[in-house]
Amino acid sequence: MSKDNEIAVDIQNVTKMFGGFTALKGVSLDIRDNEFFTLLGPSGCGKTTLLRLIAGFEEISNGAILLYGQNIADLLPNKRPVNTVFQQYALFPHMNVTDNVMFGLLRLGQEKSKAINRVNEVLELVRLSDFADRMPSQLSGGQQQRVALARALAPSPKVLLLDEPLSALDLKLRQAVRLELQQIQVQTGITFIFVTHDQEEALTMSNRIAVLEGGRVQQVGSAREIYEAPENKFVADFIGETNLIDVNVSNLEAGKGSCILPGGEKITCSAARGARSGPGHLSVRPERIKISASSKSLLKGTAVRHIYLGTDLHIEVKLNTGGNVTVRMQNSTQIQIPDVGQSVGLDFDPSSARLLVD
Amino acid sequence: MANLPKTTSKGSAKTYDGLGIPLILPAWIIIGFFLVIPVAMMLVYSFLTKEFRGGVIWEFSIGAYDQFFFYRGLFGDSPPTIEWTYIGIFWRSIWQAGLATFFCLLIGFPTAWFIATRTGPNKTIWLFLITIPYWVNLLIRTISMKFLIRDNGPLNEFFLSLGLISEPLHIINTNFAVQLGLFYSYLPFMVLPIYAAVERYNFALSEAAADLYASQTVTLTQVILPTVKPGIIAGCILVFVPSLGAFLAPDLLGGAKNFMIGSLIEEQFKGAAGNWPFGAAASMILLSLVLIVLTFYARSQTKDQI
Repeated sequence: MSKDNEIAVDIQNVTKMFGGFTALKGVSLDIRDNEFFTLLGPSGCGKTTLLRLIAGFEEISNGAILLYGQNIADLLPNKRPVNTVFQQYALFPHMNVTDNVMFGLLRLGQEKSKAINRVNEVLELVRLSDFADRMPSQLSGGQQQRVALARALAPSPKVLLLDEPLSALDLKLRQAVRLELQQIQVQTGITFIFVTHDQEEALTMSNRIAVLEGGRVQQVGSAREIYEAPENKFVADFIGETNLIDVNVSNLEAGKGSCILPGGEKITCSAARGARSGPGHLSVRPERIKISASSKSLLKGTAVRHIYLGTDLHIEVKLNTGGNVTVRMQNSTQIQIPDVGQSVGLDFDPSSARLLVD
Repeated sequence: MANLPKTTSKGSAKTYDGLGIPLILPAWIIIGFFLVIPVAMMLVYSFLTKEFRGGVIWEFSIGAYDQFFFYRGLFGDSPPTIEWTYIGIFWRSIWQAGLATFFCLLIGFPTAWFIATRTGPNKTIWLFLITIPYWVNLLIRTISMKFLIRDNGPLNEFFLSLGLISEPLHIINTNFAVQLGLFYSYLPFMVLPIYAAVERYNFALSEAAADLYASQTVTLTQVILPTVKPGIIAGCILVFVPSLGAFLAPDLLGGAKNFMIGSLIEEQFKGAAGNWPFGAAASMILLSLVLIVLTFYARSQTKDQI
């Protein structure tokens, strides 16, 4: 979606150590201009550390970060043309909304009369014009969040860093703000680097996602790429839900491989980079599996449990060869739902399954 | 986060409904007996006539206040002129207390900042070290200081032995000695409230300021200081008010020339030469002065909140 392929932030083999603990282990990423880029991972994966390195709150132990080609290692945070939306907003409690938003503009040497126009502009963008005179303590969580966004947008940074800005909001509000954030990104054309542990947030908003775990980048790609073609077990498991079936892999070539399923059936499907022959894992998403009564199914088993999810149902099936598989079915009257204890056959299109590296 | 205390206080208000008066009664009794009644007694005494061996004659008189502000000659029959002696002592006291407050703030703020930014048990150790001298009586500490800084005391001997000075520094019985005494006595009262404020300070605010292009100086003056202001003001009041009425440091370290209000009042009630109504009047004037300052402060605070 990015208009051109200029690199906004070039992260080159960055390592960050805190004492004896290594938070980032040689991370390399290219974040493109005008991109909504998400750093996704569980807590402790290093995503916030990486964001703080870009903002300048921490020093890089090894490697380099280039901002539009310029190495920013020696720049203090107040000299970097990036702004941050903090997780707990960090609004100045003794200043009203206007003064909070104007803070950065005044520091950049803008005149107050000029700055006030820009303040009104961004307050309108985040739909807070009526709250300009309020103190932060007089605002709801969602409003505070938007003030934090306005404050960071006001100086028109080249890159906006967002540190889990939605985590303190309740679910309904979070979903609304997601759309707003995405719109604002498109409207302003600013490169957004968004940190989250919420895979749904990442999938719905981002142009590209980097999945981090244990201080390393596990995979970079669009939401679709990461969901449909995970590179390893961690990514497959962390993004969405998946079934990992023990298989025997053979005939690996050109991103494809054959495998023998537990029941003896042989299929050919896509394989992750680095997949090896021999015992391995096949990842199949629950919604890609169909239940049938056919005796020629790829896998056979017994339905052992129903889990009711509202719009969907999860059926847990115990395979005859051992191990459980979850099937996701739409909660519709059109579809026949197997009873618990009933023997079932499971089928899936081999093209929607993927052979993974451990 | 900001909402939490509110909710709890609301909850407890409900729980203790109707118990308000019985719960606050002990505090009222203590304040009544040990604050209101003594102050009222002082107010009454300040309008009585002095008795020569100390004590009072129960006869209304504004003589004590008159003596404070006006000079009427040796026999009390000349036309009144303004008496500068006591006003001068008051002025010097305010100046000394103000100076002590300034120095306590200058040293106390960085100290408090340092302690509040330590982690784990270090914090407790530093706080403990700050309060250790307070396990010793103020009189003893002040006398020790007197011995330490006198002309042939250890401080001078140390400097002489190092060859930094050729003859002893004359510190005792100077304004500087009084300053030193006040500063030493009241420094923790500055450190502790500022420590409490800095402890609550959200350091993400400093990061936010830096992120928004603020230099360290701007971050300090426009973000940190306004946020911890309540602690600074509390510290200043806690140092200024007792310094204003202090009598140990000026008495023991300052000598006769560096008299302060506290010593003036103390003398009126000590021994046979005292003048109780005059001491009471001086106390009332001091109290009014402090109240005026605090009222202005309270006013400015409520204005800030609106």
